[in-house]
Amino acid sequence: MEQTVQNEKTGKLLEVKDLRVSFFTPAGEVKAVSGISYDLDYDEVMGIVGESGSGKSQEAYSIMGLLQSPGKVIGGSITFEGRDVLSFGKNEMAAFRGSEVAMIFQNPMTCLNPVYTVGNQLIEALRAHDKKISKAAAAKRAMEMLELVGINNVQKRMKQYPHEFSGGMRQRVMIAMGLICHPKLLIADEPTTALDVTIQAQILELMKSLQKKTHMGIIFITHNLGVVAEICDKVSVMYAGKIVEQGPVDDIFYKPGHPYTVGLLRSMPRVDAESYERLIPIEGTPVDMLNPPEGCPFAPRCEHAMKICLQKMPPYVELGGNHRSACWLRVQEQLEREKAAGTAPEAGAAPAAENEQEEVTGRE
Amino acid sequence: MSEKNEILVQVDHLKKYFPVKGVKGPGVQAVEDVSLFIRRGETLGLVGESGCGKTTLGRTILQLYNPTSGRIVYGGETIFQGDDPWPVGEDGEKHHAKVAKGKQVNMLPYRRKMQIIFQDPSASLDPRMTVGEIIGEALDIHKLCASKQERTDRIKELLGMVGLNTEHANRYPHEFSGGQQQRVGIARALAVKPEFIVCDEPISALDVSIQSQVVNMLEDMQQDLGLTYLFIAHDLSVVRHISTRIGVMYLGSLVELAESYELNKNPLHPYTKTLLSAVPVPDPEVSRQRQRIVLEGDIPSPMNPPRGCRFHTRCPYATDKCKEAAPEFKEHAPGHWAACHLLG
Repeated sequence: MEQTVQNEKTGKLLEVKDLRVSFFTPAGEVKAVSGISYDLDYDEVMGIVGESGSGKSQEAYSIMGLLQSPGKVIGGSITFEGRDVLSFGKNEMAAFRGSEVAMIFQNPMTCLNPVYTVGNQLIEALRAHDKKISKAAAAKRAMEMLELVGINNVQKRMKQYPHEFSGGMRQRVMIAMGLICHPKLLIADEPTTALDVTIQAQILELMKSLQKKTHMGIIFITHNLGVVAEICDKVSVMYAGKIVEQGPVDDIFYKPGHPYTVGLLRSMPRVDAESYERLIPIEGTPVDMLNPPEGCPFAPRCEHAMKICLQKMPPYVELGGNHRSACWLRVQEQLEREKAAGTAPEAGAAPAAENEQEEVTGRE
Repeated sequence: MSEKNEILVQVDHLKKYFPVKGVKGPGVQAVEDVSLFIRRGETLGLVGESGCGKTTLGRTILQLYNPTSGRIVYGGETIFQGDDPWPVGEDGEKHHAKVAKGKQVNMLPYRRKMQIIFQDPSASLDPRMTVGEIIGEALDIHKLCASKQERTDRIKELLGMVGLNTEHANRYPHEFSGGQQQRVGIARALAVKPEFIVCDEPISALDVSIQSQVVNMLEDMQQDLGLTYLFIAHDLSVVRHISTRIGVMYLGSLVELAESYELNKNPLHPYTKTLLSAVPVPDPEVSRQRQRIVLEGDIPSPMNPPRGCRFHTRCPYATDKCKEAAPEFKEHAPGHWAACHLLG
């Protein structure tokens, strides 16, 4: 399996284009994910950062076909190694899920079945996708996986139930279970949020080393920017169902291009801070997804908000090196740059922005 | 604030055991021999992994749990004193001894001075009471308002203090977001004009962008009202930010206590060092460069803690001495306390 991964390393592993997910609730339509696009290469780790309710988990569930009613994918495409995931039938999806894409969740206790032994569940995961494998061979593989994720005394551990494991150990079991079929993509939904910092450090080190060994792509969903800095190659910052900024990890941290990212970075105290500095919070409360504001969703909380921010969603502005941000401030800067250079606006973000040039410059 | 260095809360050799049915021995040893003091107007931070007893310590100081033994002094008055019913025998095991019941005072007058803010705001507010009733209940219990008008005014004032609208008094907790619910919890604690507040993980249930709002508010309150905090959290970066001094707990015991800056710059105990290195730093350059000490294994059970130093099973520097004798909690530099044999 690892060989095939090596051979196919050219091209994109996953491409998500203009994905839209809505929940049709009695109170109205909630646009949990409204038009996000990104791609992921083999051997790449992407972080998705956002607050609760920003749609970061729903977006991941739609890749796995795990959206719960009344949630629905209402537009866009998900392409995995050239195949359209959204067109998969029930059986195709079942084969795809687990063997090619695996997911680990925030709370390992609720994801493991309490009435089966850990060994039993690992073997089941394997045999669900490989009908021919013998029980003995499956058990052997399961034990190898447990050893790989750093669990000692595997003979005994195989026969134990989830409640006999500690939180960190359970998360290791979840990772073993996710990786047992050698998936090419692992989606980790807040895998360390429920764990203590020392255990979180263990799990992060484990995931880093496993990623190096298996060359799988990882989508790492979290709200902790410290974890992102540690493990990710690139980052998408989500706010109210939209990706407001996207780019390589260094650019996001050192040259953030969106006020929300800036605000997040500023509002976190750092353990290595040299002296006391008062925190600068992002004022206001997160968006009510039933009645999202028009225009940029972050505008009501943004200190730089202009008139246009409240009216129109800004287009993405390329900031160089795959770093893009959706903010009118960046549009404004780009227009100024172009004016200075005297060149015609380029294709992409600029034409859409051109009409608004006057509005943008008329700052509140 | 009266005198600057006045000690408001003092705890000596405090122990809290939870008996377990059908198990001989002291049961869960949640707080084991903790001694500390909190000066008036300062913030003492408490950090540690889940299950290390930091919440139990906070609640035991408030006597929401009955202490097993030790002494608690508040503002010069002893509010609890009791002998240890589980002294260590010659064989190194704990044996039950008959002791007189600990001396306790009537806590009601002290409840006015000592308050608590809980971790989960939605679970700590009664869903069938309006916000006004929740805050007003505290005023009624301590008979702080003479007239109905005074009571309404005070509730409005409190809501204003925590950044909520006065109309919010007639709403129920579920109508608020998590951050606003926590503000209600803070308003309830402030209603009785306390001096000392135990903040038990007040921000861990909140969204990242809301956390800093609440941290700033707590800091402002402290400035304006001269409050003293015991700030309990597992997030070392937040504790480090808000605290004057920090205590690090491991398996029921304090392993290190120092000024916030000093603890970060110059950690003495191996556990503090690992804890500091485990905290992710939101800076890719720094996290690529720094060497992390990863602890093996998990925290042992407080039902059956290891003998000697409680950390020796996971400590990379453990010696034979650590397995036998518990290290003393000593002052190694002015104001810097630690319990480790390696420090001599």
